[in-house]
Amino acid sequence: MVNQPVLAQTRWKWSRTLVVAIVGMLIAAFWTLSQPANSFAAETTGPCVADSATGCFNGTIKGVGAGVKIVISGNGAEVIAVTDADGKWNAAVTTAGTYTLTLDEATLPAGVTMKSEATQTRDITLGFNKGAVFTVNGGTDGGESSTDGDTGSGTETAATGFNWDRLAQQSVSGLRLGLLLALASIGLSLIYGTTGLSNFAHAEQVTLGGLLAFTFSNVMGINIFLTTAIVVVLTGFTGWIQDVIIWKPLRKKGLSLTQLLIVTIGLALALQYAFQIFYGARTLRIVLANPETVTFGPVTLTIESLWAMGVSIVVIAAVGYFLTRTRTGRATRAVSDNPALASASGIDVDRIIRLVWIMSAALAGLSGVMLGLVLNGISWQTGMQLLLLMFSAVTLGGLGTAFGALVGSLVIGMTVELSNMVLPGDFKYATALLLLIIILLVRPQGLFGRKERIG
Amino acid sequence: MDGIIKVLYDMSASMILPTTAAFAIAAIGLNVHFGFTGLLNMGQAGFMLIGAYGFAISIGAGLPFWAAFLIAVLAGIAFALLLGIPTLKLRGDYLAIVTIAAAEIVRMIGRASVLNDVTGGSNGLPGENFRNPFSDLSFFGDGQTTLLWFTFDNTGVNGWWSRAVTWLMVLVFALLVWLLMRSPWGRVIKSIREDEDAVRSLGKSVFSFKMQALVVGGVLGSIGGVMYILPTSLQPDSMGRNMTFLIWTAMLLGGAATIFGPILGTLVFFATRIFVQGGMRLFVPDEILNTQQTEQFSWIVVGVALMLLVIFRPQGMIGNKKELNFNV
Amino acid sequence: MSNAVAKKQGTKSAAEYRAELNKVPHKPGSHKPEAILTVDNVSRSFGGLTAVDVDHLEVQRGVITALIGPNGAGKTTFFNLITGFDTPSSAKKLIGGPSSSEAAKWEFNGRSLGNTSAAAVSKQGMVRTFQLTKALSRLTVLQNMLLGAQHQTGENFFAAFFKPVWAAQEKANTEKALALLDRFKLLEKKDDMAGSLSGGQKKLLEMARALMSDPVMIMLDEPMAGVNPALTQSLLGHIQSLRDDGMTVLFVEHDMHMVRHISDWVVVMAEGRVVAEGPADTVMSNQAVIDAYLGAHHDTDLGDDKFLTDTAAVRIEKEVVAEEARSKKTKKK
Ligand SMILES: Nc1ncnc2c1ncn2[C@@H]1O[C@H](COP(=O)(O)OP(=O)(O)O)[C@@H](O)[C@H]1O
Ligand SMILES: [Mg+2]
Repeated sequence: MVNQPVLAQTRWKWSRTLVVAIVGMLIAAFWTLSQPANSFAAETTGPCVADSATGCFNGTIKGVGAGVKIVISGNGAEVIAVTDADGKWNAAVTTAGTYTLTLDEATLPAGVTMKSEATQTRDITLGFNKGAVFTVNGGTDGGESSTDGDTGSGTETAATGFNWDRLAQQSVSGLRLGLLLALASIGLSLIYGTTGLSNFAHAEQVTLGGLLAFTFSNVMGINIFLTTAIVVVLTGFTGWIQDVIIWKPLRKKGLSLTQLLIVTIGLALALQYAFQIFYGARTLRIVLANPETVTFGPVTLTIESLWAMGVSIVVIAAVGYFLTRTRTGRATRAVSDNPALASASGIDVDRIIRLVWIMSAALAGLSGVMLGLVLNGISWQTGMQLLLLMFSAVTLGGLGTAFGALVGSLVIGMTVELSNMVLPGDFKYATALLLLIIILLVRPQGLFGRKERIG
Repeated sequence: MDGIIKVLYDMSASMILPTTAAFAIAAIGLNVHFGFTGLLNMGQAGFMLIGAYGFAISIGAGLPFWAAFLIAVLAGIAFALLLGIPTLKLRGDYLAIVTIAAAEIVRMIGRASVLNDVTGGSNGLPGENFRNPFSDLSFFGDGQTTLLWFTFDNTGVNGWWSRAVTWLMVLVFALLVWLLMRSPWGRVIKSIREDEDAVRSLGKSVFSFKMQALVVGGVLGSIGGVMYILPTSLQPDSMGRNMTFLIWTAMLLGGAATIFGPILGTLVFFATRIFVQGGMRLFVPDEILNTQQTEQFSWIVVGVALMLLVIFRPQGMIGNKKELNFNV
Repeated sequence: MSNAVAKKQGTKSAAEYRAELNKVPHKPGSHKPEAILTVDNVSRSFGGLTAVDVDHLEVQRGVITALIGPNGAGKTTFFNLITGFDTPSSAKKLIGGPSSSEAAKWEFNGRSLGNTSAAAVSKQGMVRTFQLTKALSRLTVLQNMLLGAQHQTGENFFAAFFKPVWAAQEKANTEKALALLDRFKLLEKKDDMAGSLSGGQKKLLEMARALMSDPVMIMLDEPMAGVNPALTQSLLGHIQSLRDDGMTVLFVEHDMHMVRHISDWVVVMAEGRVVAEGPADTVMSNQAVIDAYLGAHHDTDLGDDKFLTDTAAVRIEKEVVAEEARSKKTKKK
């Protein structure tokens, strides 16, 4: 009791140094990044600004690079837009109404063909931005395309149809997705268990992990293993700082869980666009080398996938060991079980919650790196697209139980990938939602959860 | 100086836009959900999109305006039932998870290339596909009219007709919600927001009341969606999660659980956004933030505003702190 | 209202129902001549802990029955189970589960309540209050009361739009609510937010709100915890007069003086089971009861002849405050 203040002070000093160091690193990282982004912006053919007299058409054609022409005609006007190095284009019109947008196929790079219609019609209201999507086959990064702010799942059209080889391949992919999901959702579940909060910004921790890995590995050229270690430390730190500056003060302020939930949603939104400002809307590759593959019978996997699965298994096992075998881990589970009782029996609940924030953020960050490697790219919305899967996994397992989150993740990962055998890729997440709805109808407390007390 | 006048003009113009009214309708619906009943609907844009698709596809199939409008309403009801049945007996978070996901999935399915012929895929459906039956209802005639400093077509794509109809709808829906909320029905709804078990113990079927509220707010969302696409076009990607969050911010800004809060919030929100964007364009050089980044930055502002509102002024602009705080 | 209730209850007077208890043997699960509630095989376990395990229990119509027992005996859980807020572990299941002779079943006022929702249970006239008060904080006291009224036309979605349809009923309900509020000394608070009331006042409001629904049987979970002792006495009088009008009362209470004072019959629970039954005096001297209390609570005062000591009230208030604080933390939403 007596030496508590002294202890607190030394801890504060240590943490202050850490804060300064890490903030410095983050700023440096963002700085390196924002440089090329700005120079790209300068190359565009003058950005279009939507106001009461102007409407803007815009879009991004991925994988075609600069110089592709799009002719916008209608309402007595004709405007030509040209893509920049990122495939971005925009054009201003001054009359509202319907326009025909035609991509000049002659300007496409050699070997690239249209996937979508080359001619599309759009109508526009002055003061608004309007996106148009052109997709190509054979582009340099997979031929996907997006409008700005597009949050779609891409236009993947997986070959459907059944055969045993595909079953084997999809099962292994399912296992892989399940393991990566588990890394992320264990944290989500622990936070829920210890604080009661459904953290909608958890997905952004995943994205952050991937994006930081891009910075360190791709931009700064650091070895991928070292990068992973740095990212885990940094994201763990973001968990700590979040608890210090946001969650703990808000808990003390007595905000309701509903309020906190909305706060996490606002945070998620702000973070997603902050990522876009710093990293753009592109998909970024963490390692530049083309992935090598290994083949086991019918199953082909990239080396990165193998590593990712191995790392996940080891880390999940370690977390399991921590939760079941160590004093602090058992205390964590006790807090999850019953915070009041845990507090009464002398456990420092605030310390445990902080630890949980650090751990979940670090696990999510790790999951982001692994996802970036497995999917061969990361973008501002990678995590968000997995949020539903994470929630489904955690719900299936029983909100608040770490073990449940693991089992739930594996089941969800498998289901999503296997459903891909019979359904087009666009419907993959719909399957997950359907599964979630069925779980809620049949066993809302999840496989390992239990009902709450009343009265 | 010109720049500033233009920003002011843009601000005032944005406040009477039919799309702003459509937003306000959706916000009134969300307010029935969250403000009065305490339901965490995180997919109001999904209701809008469902309504919009229902309407646009029906018109495309040759149905008359009223039939298409009815189908949009029915689509909203069906969506509410689908999401409500599994979740309304459970803790509030589940509704949040399911609605946020379902809204995304409606959008993903809508833009799926398989459905290109029906939904227009990721391109959506152009306005002229479904707009005319609505314009044909107009009795404003042709030509232009100037009111204050605004000059618009009487009937055209984005003229006085759609402004008058949408804003009239806003007022009618606000009146209906007021009628509901002063009634014993409204009392049960507000009590559910406070404590479901207490309401149950007094013999009211909480599930049924919550479902009614979900349907009411969802239908308002769907109608908002129809009115939103009429002056523009149906673009699935412009009706995603961001739109939901905008509606939330607007509703909380004005004051949840009040009748005029969502409307006021929507007006102030849109004017402020134009102000911030216009101001940044005027005073922040392109080298620091280019146009696209300005847009992104304004979304960050929305996110942060949502956080700050919930933390420091959960009752919004016109809410009463004592009466309107958050659940539990 | 009181006459209507009395009529619904049948022809016997309250005194007659009470007199019938004289012939009932003082043992757990004994048969009552006129049972309004009959419970069989209701058990509930949480993980390894069996919170409730009641083989058989009958509650006599038209009398005040007290349900007592040390903390954690399972009284609240028992209330939750029979009012539809929780499901017995011994409930009949679609697949597996106990055989139908061993499955939980309970009957209220001649109707089986096995699978009935909480709202439907309440509609049948079995209305409960909560140990941890559930005042509707951001509604006024009067609105809280009005919510309790049954069969409101204005609660229908379509009728709600047309005030003339429900205005008259609302007016009658308001008058009834004001009379009850007066009785519970809450009249001058009628326009205050319920959240601003004190703990004891919230308890009173909850009880008054439950009475708005004209229950056949009212189940009160620690109704007097935290209530000003001076007021307690008059409220006890009120409860007795409700009984005299024909209402059945089942209440959980820790204060033995209060139990002695108003109950006609006492049921004792310990570790989830019913361990004793009988009139207050006999039960208090029952060895099983003393053991149960001593096992759980050395300092529990089994009641002497001093009536309603302040210290008892203060102690209960403390317990309630502590429990409320705890539950606030545990509560997930
Ligand atoms: N939802 C629950 N989960 C776990 N244990 C519970 C739950 N509800 C009650 N219990 C346990 O059941 C036992 C009986 O509790 P309760 O019915 O509240 O007792 P009483 O009201 O008689 O004081 C206690 O040991 C309590 O901890
Ligand atoms: Mg109790």
